[in-house]
Amino acid sequence: MVGYGASMAERIRKHKSTTEHRDESKQGDQVVGTNGVKLKAELDELLDEIDGVLESNAEDFVKSYVQKGGQ
Amino acid sequence: MAIPKVCGIETEYGISVRGSDVNPVMSSTLLINSYLGRNQQSIGWDFQDEHPGSDARGFSLDDILDPDIEMHLVNRVLTNGARYYVDHAHPEISTPECRTADEVVLFDRAAEEIIRRSMESANDLLPPGSEIVIYKNNSDGKGNSYGCHENYLVARETSFARLAAEITPHFVSRQIFCGAGKVGSEAPATNSSDVAFQISQRADFFEEEIGLETTLKRPIVNTRDEPHCDPTKYRRLHVIVGDSNMSEMATFLKVGTTAIVLAMIEDGVLNHLPFIANPVSSIRQLSHDPSLRASVLLSNGSRATALQIQWSLFESAQKYAMTHGLESVGERIGEQVLTEWELVLSGLERDIDSVSNVVDWVAKKRIVDGFAVRHSLRSDDSRLKAIDIQYHDLRSNKSLASFAGLRTLVTQENVISAVSQPPDTTRAYFRGTCLRKWPESIVAANWDSLVFDVGRESLLRIPMMEPLRGTRELTGELLNECQSPDELINRLGEVAQPL
Repeated sequence: MVGYGASMAERIRKHKSTTEHRDESKQGDQVVGTNGVKLKAELDELLDEIDGVLESNAEDFVKSYVQKGGQ
Repeated sequence: MAIPKVCGIETEYGISVRGSDVNPVMSSTLLINSYLGRNQQSIGWDFQDEHPGSDARGFSLDDILDPDIEMHLVNRVLTNGARYYVDHAHPEISTPECRTADEVVLFDRAAEEIIRRSMESANDLLPPGSEIVIYKNNSDGKGNSYGCHENYLVARETSFARLAAEITPHFVSRQIFCGAGKVGSEAPATNSSDVAFQISQRADFFEEEIGLETTLKRPIVNTRDEPHCDPTKYRRLHVIVGDSNMSEMATFLKVGTTAIVLAMIEDGVLNHLPFIANPVSSIRQLSHDPSLRASVLLSNGSRATALQIQWSLFESAQKYAMTHGLESVGERIGEQVLTEWELVLSGLERDIDSVSNVVDWVAKKRIVDGFAVRHSLRSDDSRLKAIDIQYHDLRSNKSLASFAGLRTLVTQENVISAVSQPPDTTRAYFRGTCLRKWPESIVAANWDSLVFDVGRESLLRIPMMEPLRGTRELTGELLNECQSPDELINRLGEVAQPL
């Protein structure tokens, strides 16, 4: 019986080399920084939308969401 | 060789009525009847051959269990081959039998579309200010759970004890990509200060490793033995451990990876992996750790994280694809499953947020965390639990999942078509097509037969004991040529059995 860890070591080595390769191609921190700003902007936009559609009285909504047990 | 993994999903939906005091059985009935009255032909369900108390371990509880199926409640078969019914005070849709994971995604989406149309037609019948709202989730946050079950065709000759043992590590660990996420905990002796957010909707409700129950003391491996086809050749593994997914890619991965793991078990190539020592505590422990760093004890004394277990299963699957091929899950779709499986595991390992467009719990957690920071909320604030529930709202303008930027796999055009058209690839094609052409001559239908009344002395049952007969390829021409159900019965000859 081979453990889950046995193939892990080999896979991590393999994976590390591909991530390193990818990191090099990113040309430094500037790109990472730009991505971070973009992700933040996307999340802000998403949260604006959530603010607009979220149930208005959250406490009552959560309290009244009661289901019968099923399968 | 592994047999074709014919598969499907059975979803119990959460139901709320606003502005009226209607019990959930009544509202579920109204929901379904209003849809059927307005939208499409359907036929009553035939309960012959239903044995939910039959156990894969070789005994039957049918005579001593409470009836699991309430036979007086609405229960219909649709022209796309699906079943739409009231079960345990919830509306439920079972997809038609599908041949591949992408078809399951399509018919799961079609089920959502049917629910949306049902909400519209039911709400037209309710007094102004009242509304039925349906949620595709699995818990109310107060200790009540309802399921999203999967089913897979497995060769009867595969030992059930071995199957149960070898599939358990997958059932415990696959939640890292197909968990739907939950704010708080419903496990005994925990609360939201212990577990602010967890990976799975359902993990809190599993108390046994293996068993027949589905509503109490739920087991990770369910032993219900209802093949709905030739029982001498097949089993139909009934999987109750999964969450309802809003993400199409999560459904694709859930069904696709499970079908491949089952094929590997049938072909006996998965016996090199260790078991999880305590599956019940492990499934919760892994669910309660969204950092994915938790490790669980294995039968060989070592420990593994959910990611390590999944990488081992993935690597076994990659080798299996080379040595055995993936025809049992559809060659092309199987390759796509492997590609997506590797991508999602790499993403979870590198940067969890990078898979927020695929994995429901990650998408939901991103919204919950972002909202909490924006409004400076504590982890037990009701607004965070409201986000959790509303993520699964099936009204298109209210569903938070629809704002989450999830990748899609099927087109809206194909979903609309799948609301009324069956898949070509299984016996659901024959069932659905007969139902569309001759609804007035079909008395009853279920998974493995159709009963016709063509004006003869006896009713005639057409058995469909082979899930892969009745496909468009095998019966399309016959069904096209027949001008009447009488002609179909004549051409089928001795296949049609007088009742």
